Amino acid sequence: MHRVFLMITALCLGTLSCAMAAEPINVGALLPMTGSVAAFGQMAWEGINTAKKIEPEALGRPIEIKLADTKSEKVDSANAVSRLIEKEKVVAIIGEMISGNTIAASDHAERSKIPMISPTATNPLVNQGKKYVFRVCFIDPEQGQVAARLALDQLHAKTAAIIYDISQDYCVGLKTFFQREFTKGGGKILAETMYKMGDRDFTAQLSRLKAAKPDIIYAPIYYTELALIAKQAREMGLDVTILAGDGAQAPELVQLGGKAVEGLYFTAHFHEDTINTPMGKKFYELFKKEIGKELDSYTAQSADAYFILVDAIKRAGSTDPVKIREAISSTKDFEGLTGKITIKPDGNAIKAMVVNKVQDGKFVYVTTIVP
Amino acid sequence: MDYSFALQQLVYGLTVGCLYGLLAIGYTMVYGVLRLINFAHGDLLMVSAYAGFFGIVIFQIPWPVSFAGAIILTALLGILIDRGAYKPIRKSPRINALITAIGVSFLLENLGLVIIGGRPKSFPMPDVFAGSILLGAVNIPALSIWILVITLVLLAVCLVVVRKTRIGMAMRALSRDMETVMLMGVDKDRVISFTFALGSALAAAGGIMWCMKYPAVEPFMGVIPGLKAFVAAVLGGIGNVTGAALGGLILGLAEVLIVAIEPDWSGYRDAVAFFLMIIILLTRPTGIMGEQLPD
Amino acid sequence: MNKTKVSRDKSLTIFSVLLLLAFIFYAERNFNHYTIRILENIAIFITLAVSYNLINGIMGQFSLAPNAFLAIGAYTSAIFTLSPEEKLRSFIIEPMIWPLSVLSLPFAVSLLLAGLVTALVAFFMAAPVFRVRGDYLAIVTLGFGEVIQVLANNLISLTNGSLGLKGLHPYTNLWWAWGVCIFTIFCTVRLINSSYGRAMKAVREDEIAAEAMGINAFRVKTLAFTFSAFFQGVAGGLLAHLITTISPSLFTFMFTFNLLIIIVIGGLGSTTGSVIAAILITWGGEALRVFEEPSNFLGFNYKGVPGMRMVLFSLILILVMLFARSGIMGRAEFSWESLFRWFRRKLPC
Repeated sequence: MHRVFLMITALCLGTLSCAMAAEPINVGALLPMTGSVAAFGQMAWEGINTAKKIEPEALGRPIEIKLADTKSEKVDSANAVSRLIEKEKVVAIIGEMISGNTIAASDHAERSKIPMISPTATNPLVNQGKKYVFRVCFIDPEQGQVAARLALDQLHAKTAAIIYDISQDYCVGLKTFFQREFTKGGGKILAETMYKMGDRDFTAQLSRLKAAKPDIIYAPIYYTELALIAKQAREMGLDVTILAGDGAQAPELVQLGGKAVEGLYFTAHFHEDTINTPMGKKFYELFKKEIGKELDSYTAQSADAYFILVDAIKRAGSTDPVKIREAISSTKDFEGLTGKITIKPDGNAIKAMVVNKVQDGKFVYVTTIVP
Repeated sequence: MDYSFALQQLVYGLTVGCLYGLLAIGYTMVYGVLRLINFAHGDLLMVSAYAGFFGIVIFQIPWPVSFAGAIILTALLGILIDRGAYKPIRKSPRINALITAIGVSFLLENLGLVIIGGRPKSFPMPDVFAGSILLGAVNIPALSIWILVITLVLLAVCLVVVRKTRIGMAMRALSRDMETVMLMGVDKDRVISFTFALGSALAAAGGIMWCMKYPAVEPFMGVIPGLKAFVAAVLGGIGNVTGAALGGLILGLAEVLIVAIEPDWSGYRDAVAFFLMIIILLTRPTGIMGEQLPD
Repeated sequence: MNKTKVSRDKSLTIFSVLLLLAFIFYAERNFNHYTIRILENIAIFITLAVSYNLINGIMGQFSLAPNAFLAIGAYTSAIFTLSPEEKLRSFIIEPMIWPLSVLSLPFAVSLLLAGLVTALVAFFMAAPVFRVRGDYLAIVTLGFGEVIQVLANNLISLTNGSLGLKGLHPYTNLWWAWGVCIFTIFCTVRLINSSYGRAMKAVREDEIAAEAMGINAFRVKTLAFTFSAFFQGVAGGLLAHLITTISPSLFTFMFTFNLLIIIVIGGLGSTTGSVIAAILITWGGEALRVFEEPSNFLGFNYKGVPGMRMVLFSLILILVMLFARSGIMGRAEFSWESLFRWFRRKLPC
């Protein structure tokens, strides 16, 4: 009898202590952890986890991140997002990294009225006509235009050649808007060649670019291919300045490219030296201490997506997804890791763009451009 | 397109072609004996690349030892895969073995992803292979010469092994009629293990060459080369060693020359390569050097 | 089998289809979106697997083209249902070519068109493709899939290139998905049990003997290829309107591999097996997500490894192939008679 009584008391106490510990706020992380762009997902996952250590709670409740893998593809993105919403009961979602997969996932989030913040989906189509889909990165037209202005005004290029990945919307988008702005500004595109994701040999394409003798090569592609292209270009004696986009900002660019990427310019979201917000500095130090790698664009933007989301939950004062959406869309001059971020009513971000350069195996800050 | 430009493209095309060819030889050897499309072949390339990378960068072992170690390790893994995954289902329909091969391929890729991570690693290139020779206006990278020489040597070795040695005779016999060969007292499993070891070692050598040329090591790096090698092997007549090397050369040259001749077609490169393959197969339904196989 | 048994089987089949429809009716009202989505996915994969099995299993021709057919079907139906405004908004690289840019058709019509266009492509493809056999056939069809993907990337004014089509109306619901699925199974089973079906099996077992018996193997192959392409095209349309966006990267050969895995695990040549395996694999892929989450199992604290799902999937795949060599069903098919016999064995009375 005595024992039963003890057990009941223990049980009561147990439930009591459970009730006293605040219930966590569930936030979804929709990331490509496997499949062709798994590297991006793994970078983002590090960013979100490090950011969570700095801002572990909101409204006095701990934040719990529910990860769902998208296998880098659309069918699984759509499945994973509905799992996060229906089964994990998340109040908001960070993800996906690739525009196409974000579009696939956003449809269900929009209908369920769950806000979604993508760290790196730059395609303008991502949040077209959507109320609940946001992003913390630039969109392709902005970045393409800035790159064209940079090429024309600061690098004094009159002619350009382009190499890009035809199977990636990011590359096709940047290339198109660069081309439009560059020709509008009086420049001339001399050659344009393409490759397909997974290709590793670019010698034929580069030979064509070399024969065209451009002032500059625009290569709006991801860091792995960019490093290989730079390497193969230098090997064949093509020493033209290369200009790239934010997909270039990862330490792997220098590791893979070595000397070949020296003097390469790219438009980006931040530079380590320009991190001047208190939260940004805190994150940077923690990241350096725990991960010990050079900070890359994918990690930084995922951290920013997390910070903006937590800030929005705090300002909303509730975990109601609709109120969180309101709060995200009224984000103004938020001091994130990658600078001051304002979210426009259409879901896109306004932020200053940084131009970086590779010098002595390091990324060097060149200038800031406000688009 | 002037003369030196054309020659230059030929050099580039030959280099890519040799790499495809090297992989295709291993593909075709396993196929010849077992009639198994070993989809994990491309992933063995990835394993050897990682082994070489870890040897040189992490454990600081001199490169010849690292490379040899990587090749041996991959050959052993090839035997292990055969014993563990393919041997139990030798009597099942061929398509089962194919699915198992896809399973092994997925397993290797995803293990790499979970254990090592998806971020690409930089493969170090020993100085011996660096530099280039200028021949007139044509720039020949030293690595291209190495790749060509190594491919030719390995092709010769394979041909000698297959044609002149006892085990090669057993291999050829196995591909004709497995049951009769067993009646002759040949240890079938030993021959198959040897084939796998040889094929995997070729994939490993190809992988190291591949990584020196394209120094990004990542878990999915073997998928596209594996697919291309498969195409090359079929193109040359699957099961035929010389054909595989030839198929690789044709594919590599075609890929480079298509872009060099008409840059606007660069977006259609893969389509043109596959189209070429379809045309060849339609005129020669068993590949360039293949013979009619018993079904 | 006597007449009463035939009519008994018929009414049993009709009864079970009605039961399934009742289940869908219930599911639509009571299940959450996640479960419904999995059910819709299952229906689409059954459709794909059953029609793919016709070529690879029943007829024994090793084709790797489903991703191509799926792509053609998905693009056809998506292009026809998208509203002109959405087309104007989406095509930011190059505007869409004229007659298509203003066209907008009902979903049902677009699905039918998707099937017909795909079937037409398959019909014209059959002549060159079936000149080769065995593994050569595999590589030619694989190449065909790659070519379609490259075309989708490059024909920007038709497909919007790698940006893909988005903003499709989510027409695909449980009724559409399962309706098409049941219809596909019905048609496929009818075809298999017809004289054409027997001809296909004859070609699988021995093509030369079949020809000697007066079967025109090429005609039979073309028929099966076209027939299966029709349903794969329709399934493509359904898939496009389920995830509401498509782009070339969706239709890589990995998709074909997944289908191949389904039909082999189910038992090559067994329609029943394809259905069971499609259910198991589609549902199982989601169920394995548990291993990526942190959990507390019997006091053992498991941290959750991202990517573990695919490792386990490949291990299970290998193990199934090693221990269940002819798949779940082998070549056997479900029949009411065998079910009754099984019951009688289990319950001796």
